[in-house]
Amino acid sequence: MMDIVTWLTEPFQHVFMVKALLVSSVVGGVCALLSCFMTLKGWALMGDAVSHAVLPGVVIAYALGLPFALGAFVFGVGSVAIIGLIKQSTRVKEDTAIGLVFTGFFALGLVLVSKVRSSVDLSHILFGNVLGIPPQDLQQTIVIAVLVLLVLLVFRRDLILFCFDPTHAQSIGISTGFLHYLLLSSLSLAAVAGLQTVGIILVVAMLVTPGATAYLLTDSFLTMGWLAVASGVFSSVVGTYVSYWSDASPAGCIVLVQTLLFVAAMVLAPKHGLLGRKTIRPFSR
Amino acid sequence: MGTVRLCPGAQPPPRIVVHNLSVSYGSVLALSKVSLQLKQGIICGLVGMNGSGKSTLFKALMGFARPSTGTICINGQSVAQAQRHQMVAYVPQAESVDWDFPLSVADVVMMGRYGSMGLLRIPRSCDYEAVRHSLERVELWPLRHRQIGELSGGQRKRAFLARALAQGASILLLDEPFNGVDVRTERLMAHLFRAFRYEQRTLLISTHDMGHITGFCDQVVLINKTVLAYGETSEVFTQENLALTFGGSVLDRSPSPYDQTNG
Ligand SMILES: Nc1ncnc2c1ncn2[C@@H]1O[C@H](COP(=O)(O)OP(=O)(O)O)[C@@H](O)[C@H]1O
Ligand SMILES: [Mg+2]
Repeated sequence: MMDIVTWLTEPFQHVFMVKALLVSSVVGGVCALLSCFMTLKGWALMGDAVSHAVLPGVVIAYALGLPFALGAFVFGVGSVAIIGLIKQSTRVKEDTAIGLVFTGFFALGLVLVSKVRSSVDLSHILFGNVLGIPPQDLQQTIVIAVLVLLVLLVFRRDLILFCFDPTHAQSIGISTGFLHYLLLSSLSLAAVAGLQTVGIILVVAMLVTPGATAYLLTDSFLTMGWLAVASGVFSSVVGTYVSYWSDASPAGCIVLVQTLLFVAAMVLAPKHGLLGRKTIRPFSR
Repeated sequence: MGTVRLCPGAQPPPRIVVHNLSVSYGSVLALSKVSLQLKQGIICGLVGMNGSGKSTLFKALMGFARPSTGTICINGQSVAQAQRHQMVAYVPQAESVDWDFPLSVADVVMMGRYGSMGLLRIPRSCDYEAVRHSLERVELWPLRHRQIGELSGGQRKRAFLARALAQGASILLLDEPFNGVDVRTERLMAHLFRAFRYEQRTLLISTHDMGHITGFCDQVVLINKTVLAYGETSEVFTQENLALTFGGSVLDRSPSPYDQTNG
């Protein structure tokens, strides 16, 4: 049995591991905070759509030598605008429109990756590349994460109001259009930051799971935010460690830890968990 | 678009001026050529059948339904300006919120204060005061820490009324506040509404309960897509006008000609 100190410290001897731990925990924490809004607003599917739709943006940005965040932002927000347009101007329902648009964008991205000669490695985009993240991408990812974090912190009360009761927000003169696009922009940016860590396929987990876990554990938004961030950071760190020692996919490990935390919360949560509810049931009958 | 009409200056009466308002949803005409004025310090009852456009009138007053013609002036300002200055509070007919949302009753009532807070919405002591005062007035202060979904139907209605109160608006637009509440809440609300009038606030309340109209409404508006009659309750609330509003059946004094369900 390996001694725990070695288990914890050895990865720090490698620069790539230090970077990986840094990026995955920062991104994990920020995405987790955002995931609270996503789960409460019911935007999980939207998160999935946006994270897939950013692919062509990322490829084009790489090909043109622009910051990938820019491309991701344009295509992320653009895809949602198109979803809204299809919903409004045709009889197609929203979930259909979402499914339609994000696969269309994703397909465009795939075609671009295979046709545009650039340094983009498709598997890195699809499955993340947290262990080999290039320095300029690292910088950009941290900047994006910090930006999203600031936006969420500064506007958290407005965003909670927007998720809970947009009608009231409007009736007291707060612009819901602004908040809608603010949350959407944060989603696009967080998606591209998460993409660097766990890849397009799994990024939606970072944008949904920690929020869902925390939602089961508390009835206070403040606590929910802290719990989500804690579970996001914890999953990123533990996942990265496990992947180092077991030589398994880091993205897979990170998301798996998140999922296990959710399952634990689902079973054990005091009030909203399966066991918690069972103990109350005999009394409420 | 409707005629551009200059809003009168900011002198107190009348508080709400609706002129020639029409609203349609696609091809459905919900309101046609509605004109009315509400003065300060009165309670005005809004009466009409289900589907007669009561909720639509409230939505138009809040800028949620776009008028095809006409103008609305609140305290001499446009709807958007009045909202930004926290002059109007609105409690919709049915709250379409997620009742599992991780917010306490006090958190929700605090949301009434956001419009008058700074950009960061950090509550000041006056905001906490307003929340406490509002919760006390609707008798929910002891339940302030409850998660919002853990309230009964009547308590939920009171919580949202408290939020409107906390906003500190001088005009209250209440769409069927008595719908589905218990007797205790009904009494409490009726009592509160009289107190609001005493505080010189202006109230527009839609209701199906004729007892409320004669009980505490100074004015009444009878509508069915358009204003059929409006003015002082004693003058307007006649059998003839009710017959006009609900069809002939009121005349023969059948117990409840109007529908009590959600409209
Ligand atoms: N969102 C909507 N879309 C289409 N028609 C609507 C909508 N809301 C209300 N209506 C129609 O407008 C009319 C007035 O409705 P409403 O204002 O809700 O009446 P009330 O509140 O008096 O019951 C009704 O005929 C209703 O069917
Ligand atoms: Mg109605």
